Amino acid sequence: MGEYTLKLRRYSPESGEAPYWQEFKVDLEGHRSVLEGILQVRDREDGTVGIRCSCRAAICGSCGVRINGRPGLACHTHLDKAAAAAKDGETIVVEPMGNMPVIKDLIVDMDAVHWNKIQRVTPWLLPDGEPPEREYIVPHEAMVDVTQSMACIQCGACVSDCLSMEVDPGFIGPAALAKAYRFVGDPRDGQQRERLEDLAEDPQGMYDCTHCFNCIDACPKGVAPMNQIMRLRRIAGAEHGIDDENNGHRHETAFVKNIERNGLLHEADLLPDSYGGKMHPRALPELVGSLPVIARALRRGKVTPAKALLHHKLPDQQAVRELFERVESKPERYELNLYIVGVDEDPPGASA
Amino acid sequence: MKVAYWPGCVSRGFTPELHGSMAKVAPLLDIELIELDRACCSGAGVISEHNQELADSLNARTFALAQQTDGEFMMNICSTCQGAQTECQERLDANAEYREHVNQNIAPEGLSYEKGIVNKNFLWVLVENIGLDELRSRVRRPLTDLRVGPFYGCYIVRPSDRLEISVDQPRDRYLHMVIEALGATVIDYAGVYKCCGFPIITMNKQASLKQAGTHLADATDAEADCLVVPCPLCHLNLDLQQPLAQKVVGRDLAMPVLHLPQLVGLALGLDPSELEMQRHVVKPTSVIDWTQAVVGASPA
Repeated sequence: MGEYTLKLRRYSPESGEAPYWQEFKVDLEGHRSVLEGILQVRDREDGTVGIRCSCRAAICGSCGVRINGRPGLACHTHLDKAAAAAKDGETIVVEPMGNMPVIKDLIVDMDAVHWNKIQRVTPWLLPDGEPPEREYIVPHEAMVDVTQSMACIQCGACVSDCLSMEVDPGFIGPAALAKAYRFVGDPRDGQQRERLEDLAEDPQGMYDCTHCFNCIDACPKGVAPMNQIMRLRRIAGAEHGIDDENNGHRHETAFVKNIERNGLLHEADLLPDSYGGKMHPRALPELVGSLPVIARALRRGKVTPAKALLHHKLPDQQAVRELFERVESKPERYELNLYIVGVDEDPPGASA
Repeated sequence: MKVAYWPGCVSRGFTPELHGSMAKVAPLLDIELIELDRACCSGAGVISEHNQELADSLNARTFALAQQTDGEFMMNICSTCQGAQTECQERLDANAEYREHVNQNIAPEGLSYEKGIVNKNFLWVLVENIGLDELRSRVRRPLTDLRVGPFYGCYIVRPSDRLEISVDQPRDRYLHMVIEALGATVIDYAGVYKCCGFPIITMNKQASLKQAGTHLADATDAEADCLVVPCPLCHLNLDLQQPLAQKVVGRDLAMPVLHLPQLVGLALGLDPSELEMQRHVVKPTSVIDWTQAVVGASPA
């Protein structure tokens, strides 16, 4: 048996006191879980410790917490590994998840945030027309693709550490957008365009993601919510040409054109082009608002007027432009999804 | 050590001081830079959002150009390039059929990417190839008493498995380790691993500036003298946009933000003006005594 130290963040709303930290020793082997440690504390030392749990086997998604500052399932984290990852190499720090109000101790209000957002994306299938007489026949790959987001166990770990939601609580967020992709990517659903338009019209929709990858690292089930958000954007932009409230699609188009034209990013063009071009009414307030920033950049010599107007192009920019044409003119977009195809095994003798 | 050097776009655009300071620092570390001057933008995650095959082809082209040089490996000074390129490389290396498909796109230029390129941010090179002991031995002006907040950003630390971060290879601690090796003090604050907000600056300006402002304010509260970043895009949001960010968070901020090669260059004895620190929007006065051009608070 080993001895581990758990430092729990305690909070009781009825006490009127601020949250506080409390340390406990638990007597368990290293391969037992942090959840088992917390339950031992509750059984032996303090029956008032609040933790939500059920299956204890990483299936139900109830015991989402932050361990040593990172989100995850308490039942899916070994005590020895958690202790090794602790800041002082010893004290396992457990707190409630972030971005959601705390009800008590380690229990957060999933209804107020997570479930509300899941509801927001119409999380059920909306097929067009009459159902087929027998079963739906769909391509195998399309279903494997959506099983990645179906693997979500609604634990809220990604919501907890979403950095967009931290500054913009109204953001639909990683879990709900992954759920949205589960239906957008399902060939049986008849509302793909409508779903994407709905997400594009919401200024806190799919273009509010800041691309920080936190949700990918947070997810205990490999859902990779950010990858699903990028798929939503790709389908909305490339297949439906949907313009959004956040100007995300226009920005993306401007960025791609910028590189096709220059090879290297020409920042001075990107901002106005993202709003439809220098002369576009939409661009004007943005440009005026950015004038102080532009003035400062000029003053500090970060950029010269000549450089702002005449951008340096690559010596063989023509080659880059031809590569763009070659790929963009293909009738179908080719997207390699490693979740579907997996990784080649190295042939014997091959060097990595 | 010879490396195929990919500076990225922004280091030659709106943060020219980054490219300039890397060029000054490299010889002091015996790094010979073979600049990939024909390579194009990594796509910064935006081109792959538009068309994945296009992003993979552009980066396969860059990798192939790097493989034509006699550099030991490829080095970048932009975390966003690191992240975007590693993502493309993951797909290219995972699947021979796909690699062949993408190679056909770059074949008309006489290029072909061979699986397994090594592509490292300058930060990784400092720790893994030069080594902290060697770096320490080259310090001419220890940054004693300088309180530096590491700002990793996103692309260089996440996803951790793709970037091969592990207990044996703690790439998510390297900035800490380098700051200490240069003689400075590491300041822990809430924003160390958070997002600077740059990717949504045109999509949700308020949220973007709130991110930048919050991290700068947290670092101020932790009494950091400056932040150090391995990514020029983080620098844009944290330095260039700092005057706007401070309005959004409603407090005065004056937090200098240094590019990694600038911090290294200072410790290796370079003059602040050689490192083009005058180009920053927030003047690094807490870092540098401008009258004597030595590091603030360090013994002369």
